[in-house]
Amino acid sequence: MAEIKNYTMNFGPQHPAAHGVLRLVLELDGEVVERADPHIGLLHRGTEKLAEHKTFLQALPYMDRLDYVSMMCNEHAYVMAVEKLAGIEVPIRAQYIRVMFDEVTRILNHLLWLGAVGIDLGAMTMFFYTFRDREDLVDCYEAVSGARMHAAYYRPGGVYRDLPDSMAHYQPSKVHDAAAVKRMNENRQGSLLDFLEDFTNRFPKHIDEFETLLTDNRIWKQRTVGIGVVTPERALALGFTGPMLRGSGIAWDLRKKQPYEVYDRMDFDIPIGLTGDCYARYLVRVEELRQSVRIIRQCIDWLRKNPGPIMADNAKVAPPKREAMKQNMEELIHHFKLFTEGMHVPPGEVYSAVEHPKGEFGIYLVSDGANKPYRMKIRAAGFVHLSSLDEMSRGHMIADVVALIGTQDIVFGEVDR
Amino acid sequence: MADMNVLQDNLARLFKSKIIGLDYRLGELTLVIRAADLLQIMARLRDEDCLRFEQLIDLCGMDYSAYGDGAREGNRFAAVYHLLSVTNNVRLRVRVFAEDDNLPILESVAGIWPCANWFEREAFDLFGIIFTGHPDLRRLLTDYGFAGNPFRKDFPLSGHVEMRYDPELKRVVYQPVTVEPREVTPRIIREEHYGRN
Repeated sequence: MAEIKNYTMNFGPQHPAAHGVLRLVLELDGEVVERADPHIGLLHRGTEKLAEHKTFLQALPYMDRLDYVSMMCNEHAYVMAVEKLAGIEVPIRAQYIRVMFDEVTRILNHLLWLGAVGIDLGAMTMFFYTFRDREDLVDCYEAVSGARMHAAYYRPGGVYRDLPDSMAHYQPSKVHDAAAVKRMNENRQGSLLDFLEDFTNRFPKHIDEFETLLTDNRIWKQRTVGIGVVTPERALALGFTGPMLRGSGIAWDLRKKQPYEVYDRMDFDIPIGLTGDCYARYLVRVEELRQSVRIIRQCIDWLRKNPGPIMADNAKVAPPKREAMKQNMEELIHHFKLFTEGMHVPPGEVYSAVEHPKGEFGIYLVSDGANKPYRMKIRAAGFVHLSSLDEMSRGHMIADVVALIGTQDIVFGEVDR
Repeated sequence: MADMNVLQDNLARLFKSKIIGLDYRLGELTLVIRAADLLQIMARLRDEDCLRFEQLIDLCGMDYSAYGDGAREGNRFAAVYHLLSVTNNVRLRVRVFAEDDNLPILESVAGIWPCANWFEREAFDLFGIIFTGHPDLRRLLTDYGFAGNPFRKDFPLSGHVEMRYDPELKRVVYQPVTVEPREVTPRIIREEHYGRN
């Protein structure tokens, strides 16, 4: 009889299924995982410490780089924290724009998740389909902020600028002749809202297409059904939030339970899973795509009818109008002081959380009255979810670890911060 | 959101003299307790019927040594817990100061909420707060073999060592930092009502 020993194996840090730089030390008994020890921090940049040395406005773009597939949601938690502490009122139109872009971001995030997990579990085609739709949404990011990923669009007091009246057009090139470009530009003739509405008309059919590829797919179900089952009680104890918690059957969604901005005026449903396994979490995320489309449509309708200011009218937090700055001494001084010294936030502490696509994303902000935060703690959903990987993967086969990392929707920008 | 006054009354009734501070501000309730009572109060916060804080949302270390440019009195290190009750839909912040500034020690709540495990490892790594009773207190975010606690206020932003490839040794070596610390915008605390007339 041969002597059988457990052996340990390194998974990552460079492994496509690790979704970034995760080093996972797996203790294996044959193919069965006995213990999983994630080593994180390979992408640790010290965002929280850096923010302590930046003014409140300068710290904002770091938020985009945390969870770099749902940029604006990160910004949202941060600007809400600053606004709450400083007592800034946000104009209603800015709130609608924020809600709309939060949902655009949710679709962006879930599409990337769907494509990446598809590849991890052997459904290569998903990636191409999901990235086709992501392209339109990052175009919306670009139209509104100038950047396709790291937008820095939400600002304390509102959003940086109003929605544009026109979309960028494709230009003829070696690969696309004039006729092709004309066809590609067909839905880009109107404003950003027209383009986004056209997207919401097309997209539900695309979700059906995704589902025909995966939902009843035998291989997909074999890889996900019954894998990583978490009971509702355990999900709460492990600190799960977002789709991970809802997949276990707890109807908890901050957009409904603790509404921020104008979510209480929106009509949408919270999907929950029944079984608490990877398949349930997949179904929850797909349904969230449909609900996000619903919310975006409601925002588009409102934003069409209600023009108005998009930034708080307070020179201590928002830059003055450019024309005014060129003509008045007062505005010039305000502009200079705002962008050099920055705003001062009254002493105190605040925790603000948003329903981020991955779960609850929170910012705990402590100010001592200076122009820089005294301490900023980022509560990232992925960090908590990854800490449960050991418990979730015990007794599963090594191939299931890939499904588990996928279902937790890990992005290392926010885990390592 | 449930009524915060009810929660405030319940806390005052249940913990009475164990409460050092109970502060309601900006719609958030902050409870300050002694390190000695930490485990007992945390367990009751989770289990009492009128409280039911099932989730530990966040746990973070704090270093108050430079607060208000050093004008603050009191202990230096604290841990801040953010709790969430899914049943009652309320949040609570609990702050506990470590008694000893030179060797901050707190009890671990990993036995109450399993997700505290990594949060405490993080606070241990970044602030050097020791959590007794923690199952596996190792560094989490910093490099293997890292020395120091980077989020303490006396730790410079540029760090102490930097890493480069040495072509002669043909490997990566550590050396003291060559970066000059540079502050573009100084940190200022203005007097009250500054710039308002």
